Amino acid sequence: MVGPGERGEPAGVLMATAPRASGSPQAAGASTSAVEPAAPARPVARGGLAGLAGAGLVILVVALLVAAFADFIAPRGYDDQDLAFALQPPAWAGGTWANPLGTDPLGRDVLSRVIYGARTSLLLALGSVLLAAAVGVTLGLVSGWAGGRVDAVVMSAVEAQLSLPYLLFAIAFMALLGSSITNLVIVLVLRSWVVYAQLVRVSVLSMKTREFVTVAVALGARGSRILFRHIAPNVIAPALVVSSFQLAELIIVESSLGFLGLGVQPPTPSWGSMLSQGREYLGSAWWLVTFPGLAIIVTVLGANLFGDALRDALDPRLRNRSRGARGARGRFRRTLKEIS
Amino acid sequence: MARLILRRLLRAVAALLVVTAVVFTLLHVSGDPAYILLTPEATAEDRATFRSQYGLDRPLWVQYTRYLGRLTQGDFGQSLSFRIPAASVALERLPATLELTLAAMVLAVLVSIPAAVLAAVRRGTLFDRVLMALTLVGQTVPTFWLGMVMILLLAVRFHLFPASGRGSWLHLVMPATALALWLTALLARVTRSEMIEALEQDYVRTARAKGLAERGIAARHALKNALLPIITVMGLQFGGLLGGAVMTETVFAWPGVGTMIFDAILKKDFPVVLAGVVIVAVGFIIVNLLLDLLYTVLDPRLRRA
Repeated sequence: MVGPGERGEPAGVLMATAPRASGSPQAAGASTSAVEPAAPARPVARGGLAGLAGAGLVILVVALLVAAFADFIAPRGYDDQDLAFALQPPAWAGGTWANPLGTDPLGRDVLSRVIYGARTSLLLALGSVLLAAAVGVTLGLVSGWAGGRVDAVVMSAVEAQLSLPYLLFAIAFMALLGSSITNLVIVLVLRSWVVYAQLVRVSVLSMKTREFVTVAVALGARGSRILFRHIAPNVIAPALVVSSFQLAELIIVESSLGFLGLGVQPPTPSWGSMLSQGREYLGSAWWLVTFPGLAIIVTVLGANLFGDALRDALDPRLRNRSRGARGARGRFRRTLKEIS
Repeated sequence: MARLILRRLLRAVAALLVVTAVVFTLLHVSGDPAYILLTPEATAEDRATFRSQYGLDRPLWVQYTRYLGRLTQGDFGQSLSFRIPAASVALERLPATLELTLAAMVLAVLVSIPAAVLAAVRRGTLFDRVLMALTLVGQTVPTFWLGMVMILLLAVRFHLFPASGRGSWLHLVMPATALALWLTALLARVTRSEMIEALEQDYVRTARAKGLAERGIAARHALKNALLPIITVMGLQFGGLLGGAVMTETVFAWPGVGTMIFDAILKKDFPVVLAGVVIVAVGFIIVNLLLDLLYTVLDPRLRRA
């Protein structure tokens, strides 16, 4: 949260907290009241903040390009084995430039596997975020607009899910139903749709009473038209911010599941499954866990930085909270917003 | 007040029902026990007998209520690999998990709150900036990766701490630190921003006008008011902490529920996986209930709600 007194905030100090929200019953209950009205927007670029957003964006774009063009970038295939060259250290630590980041126990090139791993990890995370956004935004729009029974059903689904510790649930799901790509995507989408649904629903509730909606109603516009023509565009900005954070979150979830052996199955490399394999050689081959881990960290950092800056730029509401709401509930709501 | 407690209790019960329903559904969808447990040579008749024997031919809701009934008696089924009740396998591991989780939580609070209060008071200084940059990174590093790097550096390279297992307090240092990192980062951010806001309130100005020492104002007046949102965040993150504990335990071979779940996954010992998941989920629900009640103690305004 960036408090009202944050003007002169030095570069590099991002107040907003990155998302790590996992469920709790409070989350759903606290979002039932409307968002505070938007404060007047400040100029978008604030020097350092814009710089960090740029850095985050560059990281993300590079990671996506690497994922997209893995076939051209990677020096070797991800499953090209050469047992004669097993467990070679990185080039600067006694290895050769043939395998700049060393090789794994099967003699596969670690650099190539990190590059192909980007494809698996990013594609899964990105695809799941988009799918979750589609589901969550739609349900949030409908739920907020329709109210009544529809709203009650959607919100109890949200609350039910938030009452489970997510990662444990994901582990049980993957362990019992098998680690297929489909199941992985289902689990990842389940993590994120809730965030979108809550956010969008609250925005719709707050917009329902605004003049532009009242006018549209008075002019005789149909409900669906108002919802999709007038209200939906207004939730795009916050949804974009959430997407950036969710991308970071899902990369971590995917790698956690991969680490437990519940993610993408070999020989397809994902950053998480590479860490899981590297773990057995922790004492002897440090490069096996170091590089996939760094890939995760850099990408997640990029997504978080971008999300942080995007939020500050696009959504002054979340940055510039009114001094008015002093009650404990107002505080709860703001805190919740921060971590979602 | 009584109504509020009742409502929280009802919510906890509802959460329990959700957890068990999900687990039951997963069990049901994962496959027909008549095919998993019986040999391939079994005839269709054998399978039918097996199903009726275990009530698998009854309607789903009947099966679910029976399942609930068994759970309330602590019956999670037999562990497939240990041949003892799954619940006792899981419960045996619970103290280790609690020890790790609590140690991480205490560590996170002890580090983050003083640091964040100082950063809020000295806003914009080098200390503040470094702390905020650190928290940004701290929220990015995956717990299990940090654990492995710590083992690599502190155990394998410098032999400072034992690499795995549970025993003396030395064993606890690395897993607790790895698990605590992102919670520390998160709490530091929340505390700092809440403190900054609290320090701008009228009561702080009044306290300053009265001539109270700045240190006393921050600690006694501002922090007290910043505490409630901090506790909210801790409650919200408790589920994440439990998930992190599962990962951390696996990395450090800490003999808790997490390692047990991991081993059971490898052995396809599903009753144990589910017993572990349900037991941890129940812990999560109980902690959330306690936190809910704690708010009402800390903030009298909520009692009227």
